[in-house]
Amino acid sequence: MEERRYRSASGAPLALRCRQHSASCRELAVRCPRLQLRSLSAVTSAVWLAAYGLFVLCQNSMVLSAAIFLTLIGLIIYLHFVKIDQESLLVIGSLGIQVTSSYASGKESTTFIEMSQVKDVVINEAIHMQKVIYYLCILLQDPQDPQGVSEVVPLFQSSKPRLDCLIEVYKSCHEILDQTKTASQSDGVK
Amino acid sequence: MRTSHCSHNLGAAQFRSHVAISRERAGCGGRGKGVFLSCSSLWHGRLPHSSEAAADTSRLPGRSAWLCWVHHSALSAVICAPQLSKALITHPKHIPVGAPSHRVWSAGGLRSSCELHRTAPSPVRTPRVGGGQRCGVSRPPRIAGMVLKVFFPSCCSSAESGILIGRWIPEQSSAVVLAVVHFPFIPVQVKQYLREVQQVAKVSVSVLGSWNNSKQEKEESLSEFLEDLGTIFSHEPWIQISKEGDSKFWNCSTLQKQSDSHREEEIILVYYDQRKVMLSHLHPPLDTADLGAEDASKLSAIFNTVASSKVLFMTDRYDDGPIKMTHWQSDGVEASIIVELMKQASVPACMLLTFLLSLVSGVCNSRLLKFWPLSFLWSKLSTCEQLGHRLQHLQVISSSKKAQNQTQLMRCMLFSGKDGWDLAHRKPVLHPCGECLAVSTSTSSLLACMLPRLTKSYHRFSAALSRRAERKANIFVSLLIDVALGILLMSWLYRKNQIGHLADTLIPVADHVAEELQDLLQWLMGAPAGLKMNRALDQVLGRFFLYHIHLWISYIHLMSPFIEMILWYVGLSACLGLTVALCILSDIIALLTFHIYCFYVYGARLYCLKIYGLSSLWRLFRGKKWNVLRQRVDSCSYDLDQLFIGTLLFTILLFLLPTTALYYLVFTLLRLLVVIVQGLIHLLVDLIDSLPLYSVILRFCRSYRLAAGVKFRVLEQQDGKPLRLLMQINPLSYGSVVQTYRLPTYSCYPKDSWTSLCKKLFLGELIYPWKHKGEKQD
Repeated sequence: MEERRYRSASGAPLALRCRQHSASCRELAVRCPRLQLRSLSAVTSAVWLAAYGLFVLCQNSMVLSAAIFLTLIGLIIYLHFVKIDQESLLVIGSLGIQVTSSYASGKESTTFIEMSQVKDVVINEAIHMQKVIYYLCILLQDPQDPQGVSEVVPLFQSSKPRLDCLIEVYKSCHEILDQTKTASQSDGVK
Repeated sequence: MRTSHCSHNLGAAQFRSHVAISRERAGCGGRGKGVFLSCSSLWHGRLPHSSEAAADTSRLPGRSAWLCWVHHSALSAVICAPQLSKALITHPKHIPVGAPSHRVWSAGGLRSSCELHRTAPSPVRTPRVGGGQRCGVSRPPRIAGMVLKVFFPSCCSSAESGILIGRWIPEQSSAVVLAVVHFPFIPVQVKQYLREVQQVAKVSVSVLGSWNNSKQEKEESLSEFLEDLGTIFSHEPWIQISKEGDSKFWNCSTLQKQSDSHREEEIILVYYDQRKVMLSHLHPPLDTADLGAEDASKLSAIFNTVASSKVLFMTDRYDDGPIKMTHWQSDGVEASIIVELMKQASVPACMLLTFLLSLVSGVCNSRLLKFWPLSFLWSKLSTCEQLGHRLQHLQVISSSKKAQNQTQLMRCMLFSGKDGWDLAHRKPVLHPCGECLAVSTSTSSLLACMLPRLTKSYHRFSAALSRRAERKANIFVSLLIDVALGILLMSWLYRKNQIGHLADTLIPVADHVAEELQDLLQWLMGAPAGLKMNRALDQVLGRFFLYHIHLWISYIHLMSPFIEMILWYVGLSACLGLTVALCILSDIIALLTFHIYCFYVYGARLYCLKIYGLSSLWRLFRGKKWNVLRQRVDSCSYDLDQLFIGTLLFTILLFLLPTTALYYLVFTLLRLLVVIVQGLIHLLVDLIDSLPLYSVILRFCRSYRLAAGVKFRVLEQQDGKPLRLLMQINPLSYGSVVQTYRLPTYSCYPKDSWTSLCKKLFLGELIYPWKHKGEKQD
């Protein structure tokens, strides 16, 4: 198990952890930067100052309690639905690929894609405003057309690592995927 | 047939037993005369208890058995654990004579007996290859090179040693273990049982391998014994799983009979929760739903295997059957008393409900109510639509109330009702779930035609059937919540004379609205927003509408003494549901603002007439004509007087346009306001109607029932041991639950896009934004 430091597309520090569970099972996890205390306090103080200003204007204490309530609810919603702590990729040869996003509140959202549906794992370029960013994605097989691609599943969407990190992940994935593909192809030949 | 009894002492265990040795001539040409032990007559369930001799059961070791074999194609010998195999019986007199194919076997070890077994079973001799012979049906060659995956139920982790039964999927190189059969057992009975299960469940269940749960050190003889079991139940590959003590890390190996597969292959051990996989319903994406069960994704194959093998899980350990198994229900078949009672009670309730519904629908469809004014009224009132919709729902529910519980329905479906089938002493009538009663008394044609057999398209079928069951459950829960909320509303309305207050405020509100309208019209008759209107037309239109308002006010005042009574009786209908109450509210609003609707229609018609006249006269002005036949504009030569009158009329209409347009604008805005309020109420009604509350609650409480897929968790690993994964169910998200199980409603949302709506408004065509399905277009 090794951990290496990289940067995201916007410059934030990331950590990539690679674990090999067995010959055909590998787990790659990208850890995003945690929620900063200073940004949290900045937002809270801004909201409360605005609420206090309103209170001074209209002399209604409901504004203050509403502001506190809003801050709490907003923080909970942010931690549970928006802030992603870690994105991981579990590649199990001959079973499939599992993509997990863990949120700051502990919630995990998982998708499992079976190996028969996976066509390939590639790095794509995307032009976003004034930048060109790279992203890793899984190409899904079209059941009707063996050459076609039915869906593109982008990975590491919220952490957006840079190309060097993506190359590492790409190489790791392909070691296992190629193993599986050659094994299944040789069976087909047989 | 000579029998003799022998008793033997096992050194340490002091085990005494009686074994009947019988001698029988083999059926094939005098060859193979042999000694064999036929213990089938002795065997009735648990071995020591039923033996004739006073067996010392207290000192019976954990796994008591001896290995015997019969040299017949049917193996009717008892297979037991090899602990006592060293004390195998012989009698010197019964040593076979003149049978070169048999080896003399003595009270030797297991080894010799196994060799005997191996060489003797069938008359056709084939030379031994490798570790043993294969007899039996040749299976499709296993795909070498692919990783072997073993799906093991976590409930069997602490089961005692035995053999594994389940399904082998060669295309995916995976073995789904369904249960563990414990020693002692008779192989031929196991095979027969598996054949029966295969017939009922349409799933190829077979013996996959052996399971060894040893508390102490691993024994060599035991492992060899288990290997040799592979020759009785020929399965390729023979999977051997062993667990030592309380260790988390198991040994898993496969035995290949084919000589060409020498390479070490990786084995992945996947634990799954059998109960959850059994009860869950996989929701595949739409495009794979058309594929058959066999060639669908791996996961659905596994889910189907477990779900189809329902019949395998119906025996628990309290049964007196020849086969002892461990699976998720082996500690007792799940059943609920409340559910049983409800089922019993629901049959007469169902019949009563059907009778009542037929009465009501008969009354509704009677010719009395089909006369023109009444039928027109019913079609316009949204309350009647809602009531009809709910009636339909009730009919759907009362058709078969048994289908409420999804799993019960699937059990019903799987129970083939085969006559004379006595699988482990299970007679249909006595089944604790009682679904057989459901089968016989259910009035639904759906169940009646679905039950007789299971087809290959089980996957599609079960998805459709469970969806129907879920739909019924959703309708039922939605009705229940509706009625509960309605009664709540009623209790609030009828408390403290709320109806009286409502009635008292209704008339002043209507008056107020009428006064506001009058003020508005006075404003329009003057110089509204600084615009100068055509005085004469203005006065005519204004007076016309003012007179209408006056009529309306008088009418309301005429009705005022009866309002309270009408409201009181109408409020009673809120007990039919909150949706009905909301629809009544919407209808009351429509009735109260009827004059606004009338004004809108007048204004719109006038404006529309004006616009059409203007456009036609404009064409005349330019020397063109609208060709109705060809639906296009053609040139036309007009006479001078036609042109003169046309131009005059055009001028008049043009200069009167602003006045009419203003009136039209004002009344259209009012009408839109009323339409928006009514639309919001209808939206709420639709929401209550179509929300699948049962599915949402199920997703909240029993999230494994609605599965979007699976997720794997990597457990602790140890070098040299197979990869351990835990397969858990990934539940469906709430959004997809609502989308999948939405109930259909009767109203359709405006088909017109915004541009066509604006166009209609501009031209003065009447708009009906909330059109109901089945209504004729205007």
